[in-house]
Amino acid sequence: MLIVENVRFSYASGVEALKGVSLTVKDSEFVAIMGQNGAGKTTLIKHFNGLLKPTSGSVRINGVETTKTSVATLARDVGFVFQNPDHQLFSETVDDEIAFALKNFGYEAEVIEKRITWAVNLLGLTQYRKTSPFMLSGGERKRVALASVLAWDPKILVLDEPTIGQDHRQKENLRQFIMQMQTQGKTIVMVTHDVEFVAECNPRVVLMREGKIVADGAGKEILTNPVLLEQSSIVLPQIAQVFAKLTGQGFPLDIIDIYEAKDLLMEKLRRRS
Amino acid sequence: MAVIETRNLTYTYPSAPRPSISDVSIKVEKGQFVLITGPSGCGKTTLCRTFNGLIPHFYQGELTGDIVVAGQDAAKHPTMEMAKHVGLVFQNPENQLFALSVEKDVAFGLENLGFSREEMRKRVDWALNLTGIYDLRERSPHEMSGGQQQRVAIAAVLAMQPEIIVLDEPTSFLDPLSAEKIFEVIHEFNQKLGITVVLVEHRLDLTAKYADHIIIMDEGKVCFDGDTREILSKQETRLMGVGIPKATLLYEMLQKDGAKLGNTIPLSSEELAKIVEEALGR
Repeated sequence: MLIVENVRFSYASGVEALKGVSLTVKDSEFVAIMGQNGAGKTTLIKHFNGLLKPTSGSVRINGVETTKTSVATLARDVGFVFQNPDHQLFSETVDDEIAFALKNFGYEAEVIEKRITWAVNLLGLTQYRKTSPFMLSGGERKRVALASVLAWDPKILVLDEPTIGQDHRQKENLRQFIMQMQTQGKTIVMVTHDVEFVAECNPRVVLMREGKIVADGAGKEILTNPVLLEQSSIVLPQIAQVFAKLTGQGFPLDIIDIYEAKDLLMEKLRRRS
Repeated sequence: MAVIETRNLTYTYPSAPRPSISDVSIKVEKGQFVLITGPSGCGKTTLCRTFNGLIPHFYQGELTGDIVVAGQDAAKHPTMEMAKHVGLVFQNPENQLFALSVEKDVAFGLENLGFSREEMRKRVDWALNLTGIYDLRERSPHEMSGGQQQRVAIAAVLAMQPEIIVLDEPTSFLDPLSAEKIFEVIHEFNQKLGITVVLVEHRLDLTAKYADHIIIMDEGKVCFDGDTREILSKQETRLMGVGIPKATLLYEMLQKDGAKLGNTIPLSSEELAKIVEEALGR
């Protein structure tokens, strides 16, 4: 369980990035944090593994306050995958990259090998095990960063913009992967701008604006609220856009799923013909 | 008139086991808005790096075949010279920005081309306004968020007003509404000034509607090359890692179920809503 209570945070420059944020994420929940650039999303999630400590208020991970423990200890429970993989990768090969944290946690060589094999399989990186991460494409490097975190099996996975640079098929893999992680009881918090991806995953959506949470609810409900979204510099998912434009036809407005959309439209089209 | 033309272009990075692009023959006509897409690692970025000579001048490795950009042999012509004709916006803005202020970064290219102070001032302000970062002009790009850095990189290229603009996932860090606004600016640029645009993107939901031409690559090769609507209606593209716009997919699902919606496939929600409205109105 992740509990954020009335957190305020100011950077050394004096900019207050979080202005009283409270949020509870239960075990095995899947939450997408959305909002415009500079809304405080990344600042908030950096509190989850203690990279940042609140100026006031508290963040507790499984009952432990982040100010009372180290980032290294928190990392066991909270795996953090950065937006830009280049801020995370530094090893000579993909294998070394994934092994690094595992070695630090003191796992035996045999276990490390097994974990690496598992992680590269899962993320389609098997052919690159001996390759330098810097020879790989942006999307591939992103998966290396994810593999290196997954390998140590944290309970809470925090993903900052996981779909950037990923193609359609990889996004679908990522979606299935997230679902699989959920069935294994993992908590997943992702920061993303990718409305289409969120519409497909349909998680709980937390919307931030100017350092505060302004909405919190089902994806279907928040992603179909044009006023709320516009204030947060987000566009409606394409399916919701279609229904928003078909005014006066008596369609419900909370549609983000393509199959549901097809059934609704088909029904009406059949009745007309 | 083709402003970019490649013939059997093949390139292998130094010490790479196989080519990243092989046998690529494409033509980009003056004034076109071309979308290049395809699965991650398919060679899109590599191809773009040949357009201003970064490949082979900077990356070295082995390049064979021909590449002519704005009438110049891009493989032989110095990159600095090519920069007058082609503006490139990279995937990762950090690799592109280096000046101490946003303003200086945007002015850098103009300074090199010897523009007068006055003209420089005008162009820089114009580009900063277009990309919505005028208020940030005194800030250091390195203290800015990824999204803001991307705006700076785009402004720097727009300020140059080159004949060709090549953008490699230029808005990946931006929030959706800001990304849409940037694409609108680029589209307007293309429409009003006749500047040729080559855009590398995975997110066709956001961008397919702007492109009159699409190139789909896979494993270093060109698989499809042609009119956007025509190519995106091909079923073969569904088997590749290409994210067909949801509006296009929904239209197809409706057609498959027997709805009669005409033969023009929609590329955006506006187009699909119009098609459905017409069908319901009949």
